[in-house]
Amino acid sequence: MNRKLTFKGGVHPKDNKNFTSSKPIRELEQSQELIFPLVQHIGAPCVPCVSVGDVVCVGTKIADSEAFVSAPIHSSVSGVVKAIEKRPVPNGNMIDSIIIENDFKNTYDENIKPVDYKTVSPDEIAKIVREAGIVGMGGATFPTHVKLTPPPDKKIDTVIINGTECEPYLTSDHRIMLENPEEIITGLKIMLYRFGISNGHIAIEENKPDAIAVLKTKTANETIKVDVLKKKYPQGGEKQLIYAVTKRKVPVGKLPSDVGVVVINIDTCAAIARRFLYGTPLYRRIVTLVGTPVNDCVNYRVPIGTPIKHIIEKNGELKCETEKIIIGGPMMGVSQFTIDVPIIKGTSAILLLTKDEAKIPEESSCIRCGKCVENCPMNLMPLYLYEFYKKDDIDSCEKYGAASCIECGCCSYGCPAKKNLVQNIRVAKQQVMANMRERAQKQEAK
Amino acid sequence: MMENLKFTVSSTPHIRANNSVDDIMLDVILALMPAAFVGVYYFGARALAIILVSVISCVLFEYLYQKIARKKVTINDLSAVVTGMLLAFVLPVTVPYYDVVIGAFVAIVITKQLFGGIGHNFMNPALIGRAFLLASFPVALTKFTNLRLGITEKIADVVTSATPLSDNPDALPTFTEQLLGKFSNGMPIGGCIGETCIAAILLGGAYLVIRRVISLRIPLSYLITMVVMALLFKGRVDIFGGNTLGAVFSGGVCFGAFFMATDYVTTPTTRLGQIIFGVGCGFLTSVIRFWGGYPEGVTYAILFMNVLTPLIDKWIKPKAFGFVKNA
Repeated sequence: MNRKLTFKGGVHPKDNKNFTSSKPIRELEQSQELIFPLVQHIGAPCVPCVSVGDVVCVGTKIADSEAFVSAPIHSSVSGVVKAIEKRPVPNGNMIDSIIIENDFKNTYDENIKPVDYKTVSPDEIAKIVREAGIVGMGGATFPTHVKLTPPPDKKIDTVIINGTECEPYLTSDHRIMLENPEEIITGLKIMLYRFGISNGHIAIEENKPDAIAVLKTKTANETIKVDVLKKKYPQGGEKQLIYAVTKRKVPVGKLPSDVGVVVINIDTCAAIARRFLYGTPLYRRIVTLVGTPVNDCVNYRVPIGTPIKHIIEKNGELKCETEKIIIGGPMMGVSQFTIDVPIIKGTSAILLLTKDEAKIPEESSCIRCGKCVENCPMNLMPLYLYEFYKKDDIDSCEKYGAASCIECGCCSYGCPAKKNLVQNIRVAKQQVMANMRERAQKQEAK
Repeated sequence: MMENLKFTVSSTPHIRANNSVDDIMLDVILALMPAAFVGVYYFGARALAIILVSVISCVLFEYLYQKIARKKVTINDLSAVVTGMLLAFVLPVTVPYYDVVIGAFVAIVITKQLFGGIGHNFMNPALIGRAFLLASFPVALTKFTNLRLGITEKIADVVTSATPLSDNPDALPTFTEQLLGKFSNGMPIGGCIGETCIAAILLGGAYLVIRRVISLRIPLSYLITMVVMALLFKGRVDIFGGNTLGAVFSGGVCFGAFFMATDYVTTPTTRLGQIIFGVGCGFLTSVIRFWGGYPEGVTYAILFMNVLTPLIDKWIKPKAFGFVKNA
């Protein structure tokens, strides 16, 4: 029996995966209107390359950017561009979006052509991935081609596919591993080919034994290793995952490439494979619809741009009143004020909570129990960061490492006094980072 | 169908662990129950009366202070009940009732509420209560008995006995006797209400560890340091108690290590800090016992380390994951 890989700290929330984990991914009737925000990724906003009235097909590029850290956007249906206007997006902002009226014909774009990855050069791989609009689909939405193009002085020797899915309720990655294991393995092979290496890992939490078995069988003859990780949140945090799998620590303020590692999400990896196998850019994704109010919790394969209202309505009548709607998981997902927001590239789940579940507990005095210190996967002291921030002492926040906070929320989750620790530390962190940037700029000016 | 009504929008995380300060306090109260039962069984109804007087005074003082100061009344968090029990357990059964009330006042009002209430006291309230009484009424606080007492027993008439700590060789109990808190002839070992039966304390301590309310870091480092100090300076561990583990089984060390030195508010928050705290307690208790004027050093050792706690937390700041020098 291998020792299960893990990291220090973390919490064990009830995983609530049995709502959906055993149900096959389903297709959903398409919606009439699709919304494509011009920012679906970290980096520069896209500029539309279609105008109102244009006819588009499935896979037609509708927006792109000149910037390196950015990714083009493709239509997920065939139809007509109805408008380009501001619409609400899952992060709470209003963003310029391309609105497409669906003609339900699903005509495919003529540019969709498979590519045998072995016939193109490794550098070409990154370019093709960019053209396909692929970004990190676990939620961070960092453009994948940037990860595939590390600075020349940084030698990548390990690629890790992140199949931990440590957020409660979420099972989209789990279902992909079960239903499309070949796509994941192909995607990983493409990335290994891109870096000219053979050290590939697929990291899976122990609570998905069926997925572990499937991938272990399928990779028996490969250089790819399936790693079993302990069930613990935030096992899928990039730095925690890299440490669990390779025992390398990403230095504060550095990137995984600094320790020679690239981490790619499961669905992202499958999207890369699909680009080469079938020629399709990123225009659909798997979304978990789950929560106590939902009658029929399930994973859907949906076109990107589908309003979440459509998905919730097509799923059927709700069991009870919904108090909170979260895009993503309950630990790091974003609560929504409207259901008019669309599924974007980084939307892994729609989670509905009842009034009871969404109750915000009242804060009481800190009793210094040290749970937050014990739980912090980044080795910080959340109780002091909170105190310093409340006293407006940003310098002390910096000394106590606020910039290292990954905002996983383990501190708030485990706090018996129900202190809003990460909620405050998050703001402190932004101020610390702003101060650091300002100092760096002054330094440069000298 | 669902419309855009008013949804709750808040910052992450959207779920919280099912724990609370009240639950923690309730666990501590449960963990103190074995020692309470044994104390009442050995020392009689008067022991129960003292526990009740102490708990009721603590809760009442907390309530009154918060009412008078127009603060939110927080007696429901049960922390005053815990303080009341802890205070009673470190007093001898012969202590006058009014002393208990004074101790409760010092613990709750002066040590805890005046510094801002739960979480803000920098020293252990129950221990300050005891220390105050020890300084003010030294005779009453060191008068121990082997007898079961009724509620209204006249204390002046009670025959008092030496405790093992005063090093009377005739009174030294064996290992088993200390574990049970009574001599083989059925007489209880003289001492404070909750401190004499080691088995009851260990049972409560084990419960707290299993429930993950406390970790073993502080109790173990405390007790191990006691053993090491005894070996270093006395050449043997069977001091005071007259048996193999005398140094840690005698007096209030066990109770202090599991229930006083593990108080969250007044102890460090980091793992290493907690070990330093435990070692410091063991070191100081030994120093006071070996060379000090008091027969018992647990109270002052823990209080001293309480005061040192903010410094320990400042010195033992853990390095952020992936920390590099000159990053």
